[in-house]
Amino acid sequence: MRFLCVYKPSKPEGTPPSETEMMEMGKLISDMTNEGVLLATEGCLPSALGARVRKSGDDFKVTDGPFTEAKEVVGGFALIEVRSKQEAIEQTRRFLKVAGDGECEIRQICEVPSMQLA
Amino acid sequence: MTATDVHRTIEAVWKIESARLIAGLARRVRDVGLAEDLAQEALVAAFEQWPRTGIPDNPAAWLMTTAKRRAIDMFRRNRRVEEKHGELARDAEELQERAVAELDAAMDDDIGDDLLRLVFTACHPVLKQDAQVALTLRMLGGLTTDEIARAYLVPEATVAQRIVRAKRTLTKEQVPFEVPKGKELRARLTAVLEVIYLIFNEGYSATAGDDWMRPALCEDALRLGRVVAELMPQEPEVHGLAALMEIQASRLRARTSASGEPILLLDQRRALWDRLLIQRGLAALDRVEKLGGADGVYALQAAIAACHARALEAEETDWAQIAGLYARLFEVMPSPVVELNRAVALSMAFGPEMGLVVVDALVREGTLANYHLLPTVRGDLLVKLGRDDEARMEFERAASLTRNAREQELLIKRAQKCSASKN
Repeated sequence: MRFLCVYKPSKPEGTPPSETEMMEMGKLISDMTNEGVLLATEGCLPSALGARVRKSGDDFKVTDGPFTEAKEVVGGFALIEVRSKQEAIEQTRRFLKVAGDGECEIRQICEVPSMQLA
Repeated sequence: MTATDVHRTIEAVWKIESARLIAGLARRVRDVGLAEDLAQEALVAAFEQWPRTGIPDNPAAWLMTTAKRRAIDMFRRNRRVEEKHGELARDAEELQERAVAELDAAMDDDIGDDLLRLVFTACHPVLKQDAQVALTLRMLGGLTTDEIARAYLVPEATVAQRIVRAKRTLTKEQVPFEVPKGKELRARLTAVLEVIYLIFNEGYSATAGDDWMRPALCEDALRLGRVVAELMPQEPEVHGLAALMEIQASRLRARTSASGEPILLLDQRRALWDRLLIQRGLAALDRVEKLGGADGVYALQAAIAACHARALEAEETDWAQIAGLYARLFEVMPSPVVELNRAVALSMAFGPEMGLVVVDALVREGTLANYHLLPTVRGDLLVKLGRDDEARMEFERAASLTRNAREQELLIKRAQKCSASKN
């Protein structure tokens, strides 16, 4: 089963990762890829470059970044393939240890019923 | 955390870490069976202690240290292998002195090699194939005997027996914990890939039982394939197998209806195909070609699967190319099943008569007499030629030959449709 992990760092945007942090993250990404667990992952550029698009009735409202509420800012995501939600949590723990303080929202990806049989 | 949560966490950690744990231990004690027992003991210790102490900061290192201590205890008790004892004792003292992070790094150094040794040991030819499969799922996939038993629809006791016997055989035959070299590597690698693909196939089209697929087995095989591909990045066939499994797995969601009935390739809703897996499969196929292995058994099958994957609509399928690929596949793997598939591709590219010629040759040849797909394909072609009576008999025959309940249902329906259209 697959999970989408969305990372929301608690440190303010624009704090560049240190050399060590980048190396550690690089190693984690390659480890998780080699284990067949990590299917895709990307980090996001500062929210100043992003936007929010909302629809309400016939109205579309576009708000340009930056987004002020730190805990709402998505830092990046990972798509992982694991055998249980618990495994997804453990993998996330592994990730957060390297990524630093913040939170990860883990959401199971919808797959057809047959995929959930086993 | 409640006790149940801790248990769930331990199980998850075990699934993630057990292969590396067993592999690392096996290098030290030079006995895969013993390594597995030690790892199991560490797991039991975790179940005893973690609910009280909480999950350690580095669960993998905790398990490894615990397992090593057990090893030392055991060697002390048995006084069997004195020199190993000394080595391990030194090892353990060092361990305690080192910082956890450092230990982790040290373990990581050889871990790739260790895992690869474990793969090759689990698939060693002194073991029968069902034992290789069970051992691979158990030691590399981290599955319990119960999970393996459920996946293969055999009693748990059978699987447990199989594993115990396999471990005993490895010890008795003194199978070295190593990756073979040179010529032998090639031969053994074939066995390794076969075992992984066997697991995938059992998940993809279950040979028996009520479910047409057991997707969890596919996922396990896919993961194993990815691991081996990264452990042996220079071996084209490894990527060929990975490519094949990724692309086939991309169709899992489209292969059954909501009620669990099989949906054949050409009737599948291609929007349900997993684009990410297709992409990964095509990328793996790319690696095969760069390594010059496009004519490998798995690479060719992957190339065929890729032809389907590239067609956004069934009508866009390049059947002529597929027929050509099957012809090449037949050269490296002369099997009547390949020929049967070529017949299908030919019929799609050039008409049912063309396919029927090849199929009838196969019927005369007789090796596939009990293979349900031969009459299935023949039935298909006959329907297309408007020969419904003959087609019905073929579908009935096919239904009597399959042991998969879902498939049987589908075939009986098709047979009925043939009689219906006549009236």
